[in-house]
Amino acid sequence: MSKRSNWAIPYFIFLVLFVVLPLVLIVVYALQDGNGHFTMSNVTRFFTDSDALSTFAVSVEVAIENTLICLLLGYPAAYILADKNLNKSAVTVILFILPMWINALMRTLATAELFNVFGFTLGKGTLLFGMVYDYLPFMIYPIYNVLLKMDKSYTEAASDLGATPVQVFGKVTLPLSMPGIFSGILMVFMPTVSTFAISEFLTNNKIKLFGTIIQENINSSMWNYGAALSLIMLVIIGLTTILLGGDEREVEGGTI
Amino acid sequence: MKKLFAQAYIWVLLVLLYAPIVFIAIFSFTEARTLGNWTGFSLELYKHIFTGGVSGGASLMAAIKNTLLIALVAATFSTLLGTVSAIGIYNLKGRKKKTIQFLNNIPMINPDVITGVSLFLLFVFLHFSQGYLTVILAHISFCTPYVVLSVMPKLGQMNPNIYEAALDLGATPSQALRKVLIPQLRPGMVSGFILAFTMSLDDFAVTFFTRGTIGLETLSTYIYADARKGGLTPELRPLMTLIFTIILVLLVIMNVRQARTKKTTR
Repeated sequence: MSKRSNWAIPYFIFLVLFVVLPLVLIVVYALQDGNGHFTMSNVTRFFTDSDALSTFAVSVEVAIENTLICLLLGYPAAYILADKNLNKSAVTVILFILPMWINALMRTLATAELFNVFGFTLGKGTLLFGMVYDYLPFMIYPIYNVLLKMDKSYTEAASDLGATPVQVFGKVTLPLSMPGIFSGILMVFMPTVSTFAISEFLTNNKIKLFGTIIQENINSSMWNYGAALSLIMLVIIGLTTILLGGDEREVEGGTI
Repeated sequence: MKKLFAQAYIWVLLVLLYAPIVFIAIFSFTEARTLGNWTGFSLELYKHIFTGGVSGGASLMAAIKNTLLIALVAATFSTLLGTVSAIGIYNLKGRKKKTIQFLNNIPMINPDVITGVSLFLLFVFLHFSQGYLTVILAHISFCTPYVVLSVMPKLGQMNPNIYEAALDLGATPSQALRKVLIPQLRPGMVSGFILAFTMSLDDFAVTFFTRGTIGLETLSTYIYADARKGGLTPELRPLMTLIFTIILVLLVIMNVRQARTKKTTR
């Protein structure tokens, strides 16, 4: 049976070639000029490029706002869905999760069209609305999962011992659901910071996000600068992940 | 009262969440060029897609074919690679197991843009001309982790003695594999395949960066290009409706399957 472990070798090689090496190449290209010489100029250029800097600031701002709105809207929803007394049907849960699997680009286009038909001016408001619409399920799902697995005897004990419902929530339920909140924040914040195409459609090209700048540079053959911008995003993502303890997060694959 | 309020909240969110999709779906059944105008029920737009009556209908048909072809090939390879790897990883121990599981998680955590850019740089670095092959390789790289995660639990549920028993009773290792191991893993492999197929079908960013300049279009890149030209062409309404429906059906099938296996193991 021990030789079975060798079956992982091809995939290990595959992962090194198609996952590790590409990420290393982002670093390599970011630190090179067009002729392949080492330089820091791509990275320093970002910090003097007012266009890129302001786009970066807007992206982070939109991502934070989006994450907060998703949390405020999503937490009650997750709470209700996980509560057997408030929600008995499994169908509603599935309905909330299904949009996660549908291309954000297409859902965004549908939303933008809806805004157009109803005559909303596309701008920051529609951008946020569309973003919340795109990413809300990603906030609800992890919180729902944690709340569902939570041992109900804790809350029962708290109320038996005389805690008011508000106290039970604040001192028991909320602290216990923090892991879900963290992975929800991670799953909303990271894709929002890095989206491209979505913001253009939701704002009629008025607001550009960081992902779009990366795409523009790569597409106009400014690979080194594009790689440097990707590297900056990777650093942000790495920091957020470490900060929120996301490396211990279980990525749910099989069950939706 | 509390319950009523909670139910209302859930349903308001759901209605908002599905409004755009339903809206597009409704207006895919009318001929009006402008979205929001209803000129009576018609399947004309659907007909256009399949007869190529769209402006540039041939390229739309090509995009549909590409999408399905890429998803099929990528999902098939991911399922094979993912199943073999899951068996390998399951039998690994300690640090080796942790390392490969960590690497397996990276493609799932990485944002699309980073995956796309990093693979683009890989193919540039290797002087690999970009086209079908690079898109398929890229799709395999982000689909396989999901197959691994679908098959792993099945390995955990399996009684290892059954495989040993088959060997003791005179089965060759390949017979034991085909007649004992694979049938036990099949539900996980099928879920993995469906997941991989859905992910591939749905991908935009990674395809966008790895398709090169040979004019390879999949549905999502086609829709992207079309929307950039200014507004959706009406034919994209039925198309989006079809994609939504296909994905919903696949996911419902998967959920029903999973609910059923849960019931039988109980």
